[in-house]
Formats: sequence, C-alpha cells, structure tokens
Amino acid sequence: MKYVVLIYSNPATWRALPAEEADRVITVHNDLIDELTASGEFLSIYRLADATNARTVALRDGIPAVTDGPFGESKEVLASLWEIDVESMERAVEIAGALTPHATVEVRALMDAAGMEM
Amino acid sequence: VSGAGEVDGLLRELAPQVLGVLVRRYGQFDLCEDAVQEALLAAAVQWPADGVPERPRGWLVTVASRRMTDQVRGESARRRREEAVAAASPADELVAPGADADLPAAADDTLTLLFLCCHPALSPPSQVALTLRAVGGLTTAQVARAFLVPEATMAQRISRAKQTIKAAGARFAMPPPTERAERLRVVLQVLYLIFNEGYTASSGPDLQRAHLTTEAIRLARELHRLLPGDGEVAGLLALLLLTDARRPARSRPDGSLVPLAEQDRSRWDAAAIAEGVALISSALARAPIGPYQLQAAIAAVHDEAARADDTDWRQILVLYELLAQVAPSPVVTLNHAVALAMVRGPQAGLELLATLDSDGRMAGTHRLEAVRAHLLELAGDTAAARERYRAAARRTTSLPEQRYLEGRAARLEP
Repeated sequence: MKYVVLIYSNPATWRALPAEEADRVITVHNDLIDELTASGEFLSIYRLADATNARTVALRDGIPAVTDGPFGESKEVLASLWEIDVESMERAVEIAGALTPHATVEVRALMDAAGMEM
Repeated sequence: VSGAGEVDGLLRELAPQVLGVLVRRYGQFDLCEDAVQEALLAAAVQWPADGVPERPRGWLVTVASRRMTDQVRGESARRRREEAVAAASPADELVAPGADADLPAAADDTLTLLFLCCHPALSPPSQVALTLRAVGGLTTAQVARAFLVPEATMAQRISRAKQTIKAAGARFAMPPPTERAERLRVVLQVLYLIFNEGYTASSGPDLQRAHLTTEAIRLARELHRLLPGDGEVAGLLALLLLTDARRPARSRPDGSLVPLAEQDRSRWDAAAIAEGVALISSALARAPIGPYQLQAAIAAVHDEAARADDTDWRQILVLYELLAQVAPSPVVTLNHAVALAMVRGPQAGLELLATLDSDGRMAGTHRLEAVRAHLLELAGDTAAARERYRAAARRTTSLPEQRYLEGRAARLEP
C-alpha cells in the first residue's frame, strides 16, 4: 500500500530550537530514510522550500489570481512530504510516529488505478 | 533476426534453467541470481540485434558464469569492461562445445527455485518480487514498473529478500517431504498474488502491470507440468484461466469496471474457459479437494452460464459452504453471503454479513460495505443501500472502484 506522510511544522518553532535539538531531529529523519531505503519501503521525499518562495493561485472573477504565500493564517505549513510503500496503515503510522517531534504528521493513503469488479 | 518480444519470451523460459545450473555449480544463490540477471540484460540487448545464438542456454550460462567469477573474485570495473567486449562476441566463438552438458535437471531446478523464492521467511511482496525476477526472468526494471515503484526500491527489496533467505539458512534443495505441502501452498499463494496484481490493474493505463496475469498463468502452467498429479496446482491454473477469461469484458474502454452480472459474455475467452473447465473437472474427479479447486469450480459455474440469470447459484452456494469448511476466511464469508442472498433471499445474506462486523480483518472495509449495499439494494432498502455505497466509495483506495460505487449510489438517488 502506498501512502504519503505529510509533515506540517511551524517555521518559528523550528528556528527557536536549540541547535543540538535541531541536529538531533535531522539525524532522526536521515536515519529513517536510510532504514526505509534498506527495507525497500522508501519511494521518495520532497522537502519544501520556505513559504516565502510559495505562491497561492486561486480563481478570482474567472481568472487565476496569484498571491505570495501562504503566510499568516496557519502557523503550521507543509514542510515535507514522504512517499512510502508499506504493508499496512499500521506500519505507515509507526513510521510517522518517528517524525512527530515539533511537527504535526498526517498519513494519507494514495489512490490506485487498479480495482476489482464487484 | 528475432523480434524483441520473441527474445523476451525465450529469456523468461531460460532464466530459471540457467540460474539452476549456476547455483549447482557455484552455490551462493544471491550472487548467482545477480549474475544471471546481468546475462539476461546483455542478451536482451544483443539478441534482437545480432540474432539468437545457436545454443542460447549455453550462451547465458557462459556469460553468467563469467560474471559470477568476477563477483567472487571481487574484480574491478576494468575486468567488467573486458567482459562486455567478450559478451559482444559472436556466440559460437564464446561458447565452448558442451556448455549445455550439465543441464539435465533443468525442470526440477525450476520447482526448487520456486520453493526457494517463496520461502516462508519472506513477506508476500518480497516473495512476489523475487519469484518474478529469479523464476520469471523479468528484469528489476520490469518488476519495478509492474509494481509502480522506483527501480532502486525494487532492487533493494530483491537484494534484501535474498539476504533474508540466506540468513534463514535456506539451501537450493527441495524442501523435505514433511514440509512440502505447506511450502507448495505458499508457492500457489504467490502465483495467485502475482495474477491478481495484473488482473485488478487491467482496467487502468498501466499495461506493464496487466502483463502479470500472463506471467502468473505461465508459471502456473509450468508448475502444473512439473506436478501434474497435484489437484491444487491444477485448481489454481484452472482458477487463473477461468478468471482471466472474463478480462475482456470486465472493464470498459474508459477503464470503468463492469460487474459480473452486466458483462457482455460474448466477449469472454471461450478457449480459456474450455481449458479451465476441463482442468478443474479432471482435478475434482481424482484429487483430494482443496480451496483452489473449489474457487475454480465456482468460477467455472459462473463462466458456463450463458446469461447472468442462468447462473446456477444453488451449486455456487454448495461450493461456498464447502469452501467455508475447508478454508474459512472473511473473504469467503463475504462471497458466501452473496450466494446465500441469491438462493435464499437478501435477508439471509445480510445476516451472514453481519457476522463480519465483529471481525477486525473485514469490519469497516469498503468490500464489506459494498456487498452490504448490494444486498440492501436487492432487498429494496434504497436509502440504506445508497448510504452504504457512499461509505464504501469513501473507503476504497481504488479509483475505478470508487467511480463504480459512486455510480451505484447515484442510481439510487430519489
């Protein structure tokens, strides 16, 4: 089963972390990538640049309007996205558990193009 | 000059035989398997261009053996470049006469390899991946494409699987007679998994994955040839043929799913049905009954009905009752409930389904909700049926299933 693990974090919280704690979290992430690569469960990771580099596009009066951001409204923003292929939701949740320090982690199942007739 | 497709077929057939020879010669299954893979890759490039060598198996054995010698000696890239040049030489220059001499046990080797790749120490996805590469002769890239994962991920899974069976102390030998039945059950399960990966995908755009049905049927056929007296092997092959026969009718050109009752039966593959029916009839007549034979018998009853209304549901119900005794599982209960509903009415089916609500393996799944919705619809409880179809649609992670379930729900709008 393929899942994405979405990590939301508050950049201000992250910046306020003591250096050794930030290093520890990065080490945990890197070790986890190594572990998932070795087990054949790792598919890909996307580390998102700061929201300063983001644009929000929405339809306004029938034409796409572009604004900088997202900023302000939500304190936590999408920071990284992991794509994994694991045996079960339980295993996905176990992996997500290692990523929770200083972040909110969401596990979402991915849709598949295959299906059974009923 | 042979076409790439023809070469591909030949390579898949030869792959387990060549691997068998190498493992007999050198031991070290993991290294031999890598060496054979490299020889297959070399052949896949050279044979379509230069023609198939006179002794293709000997060619592969020679190239794989050289690769093996390299690996064992741990030699450098320099040597590998030389090897590539040697591999590019005409086959007759390269292959000493008699390279085929030590190949008499080829057929048995395929069986031994199947048992090894379906070792119980491995997870089902690892068994599937290793079987497809080592026995099926697929490249890592092909297996990766079939399972929609990056090639590096698949390579890692295969390498890890080989390390796991090595650590489990598995040898290249037939399992002892006392373990053979249980080990064969795992092999059959792996072939069925491979088939289902392809069968469920055949509605989508991912054709590489759909080819897995062909591969599973080929391997099941080979297994049946090696163990002609085994009723369950015959049952599995029959089940795959009888299921695959419906493939042309199970989805529309846009990929949407057509339920069994609504399929255009004139599009079913009559030859595959005839072969499957003959296989299962003969197996049931002589072998001890087992779950694959029963499932094949059920598939045969469906396939033999000219119209959905002609389906002999009484016979299907009897077969599910047997299956529930021989190999009980939540999936069997689910299908049993449908058969019960068709014979004794939807209420009887719904009552049997209710027993699954306390089964952690099935409770709350889209499959349970979809069947419940169907039986509620048969019972005339439109509102409840619509709600259950919607619940099932939310829970499935399959796009075509979701589309089908939403469609059923929409049909029941007041």
